[in-house]
Amino acid sequence: MSFFYLVAFLSVIFSLMTIFTKNPVHSVLYLVITFFTFTVHYIMLNAQFLAVVNFIVYMGAIMVLFLFVLMLLNLNKDTEPMKSPLVKVMGAIAGMCLLATFLGAFRALEQSDVLIKPHENIGLVENLGKVLFGEFLLPFELSSILLLTAMVGAVLLAKHEKGVKKQHG
Amino acid sequence: METAFLLEKLILVVVIFTITLVIAMYSTLAERKIAGFMQDRHGPDRAGAFGILQPLCDGGKFFFKEEIIPAGAHKGLFIMGPVIAIITACISSAVIPWGQTLTFGDTTITLQVAEVNIGVLYIFGVIALGVYGIMLGGWASNNKFSLMGAIRAASQSISYEIGLGLSLIALLMVTGTLSIGEIVAQQSGFVNWNIWSQPLGFIIFVTCAFAECNRVPFDLPECETELVGGYHTEYSSMKLGLYMFSEYINMFVSSALMAALYFGGYNFPFMHDLGLSANWITIIGVLVFFSKIFAFIFFFMWIRWTLPRFRYDQLMRLGWKKLIPLAIANIVLTGVIILIKDTFF
Repeated sequence: MSFFYLVAFLSVIFSLMTIFTKNPVHSVLYLVITFFTFTVHYIMLNAQFLAVVNFIVYMGAIMVLFLFVLMLLNLNKDTEPMKSPLVKVMGAIAGMCLLATFLGAFRALEQSDVLIKPHENIGLVENLGKVLFGEFLLPFELSSILLLTAMVGAVLLAKHEKGVKKQHG
Repeated sequence: METAFLLEKLILVVVIFTITLVIAMYSTLAERKIAGFMQDRHGPDRAGAFGILQPLCDGGKFFFKEEIIPAGAHKGLFIMGPVIAIITACISSAVIPWGQTLTFGDTTITLQVAEVNIGVLYIFGVIALGVYGIMLGGWASNNKFSLMGAIRAASQSISYEIGLGLSLIALLMVTGTLSIGEIVAQQSGFVNWNIWSQPLGFIIFVTCAFAECNRVPFDLPECETELVGGYHTEYSSMKLGLYMFSEYINMFVSSALMAALYFGGYNFPFMHDLGLSANWITIIGVLVFFSKIFAFIFFFMWIRWTLPRFRYDQLMRLGWKKLIPLAIANIVLTGVIILIKDTFF
């Protein structure tokens, strides 16, 4: 239990560091460490597959892309665009609204008993696969269609400019 | 029991770590010797017989050279870069099964550090982490050439990870497990090697492994002719040494992976017909596994002196437009064959 508190403490600390650090590259690196602490959480819950997928997808792919973009932009204090106070106020209000929504949602949720684990080994690949492709087949396939749509959309957005130029020229 | 287990694993870790480092060390010599052989010259032959002490001299030189950290560099991340690179290179060998079990009286020793049921995914995670070493080092150097190298490394690594993953999915469909130990155990003998059922997948895997290791013909992150030195332009002394070392360790680990996943690992033909005791089969198996690994390392070096470097757009086209569709076709084909096998035979 004490190990959980240590990792949870680290998660919170590094999340806060992500927000408060000035340098965008440091911010991304703190976020990477935050995701790593999440991976540790998953392992403690015996969700090995989720842990390693979180590791590969978030730490290994998405954060590398973030870092990639930041390196290309090479943001620092001098080139950082000054945001107007209005935008800051709006951002704060939006953030508070999100927090209120989350609080409401968590209050409405039923508290599950942590001590009773319905399936001890549900996080192992085999069991997770059986559940995903049996009980939750429809939502799983629907989400794959959603991802495919997003991918096609991204390709279309990237290609669009070229097509317009061709039409005009 | 607990202490004995920990001690056994500790010894195994130290042995594997030592072997990995020694092989990486002598890979530098082998690289130059093979280059000499390919170009019809001697290669290094001054330090010791056949240049056998050359890696030690190189290592000593690296340690005693002056260490320079550029004034404009981000000091913390500049040091972190090589550290991450070498750590990720070294931890990836944890799930590779080096041999079967050795039995001494009552104790049996499994020649694998960690038998986890997601071994293949673990390797992927470590590979994905490895690119941070190059990216951080390249960015922290505060040098245009280093940054170019780092950006190339990142985009190349992400692009080829997809091909690597898709080629492995077809293999996983055949084997039905994510544990590398089980995958190797299934390939007992000679006809059960996965190369016979997944030839196309193996070719895709090898190509992507070359790209992930930044080896020629995909060594764009450290392309000397365009980028001075690539992502390690500003590095000197042992930090440069660690980057180069991590590259050779990666080559060793990916050779071990190819041998384990596709070429039967420690299995060799007629292993059960020789009438030897289990311990002897294990020992011969380990030797066979290492000779397969050395064959693949030689293959890596052979390719280096055979193919010229790709251009950046050619690299991306090969990765996204050729290898990924090919890998998906391989998955579909494998699925159809498995289905036909299950229904009709």
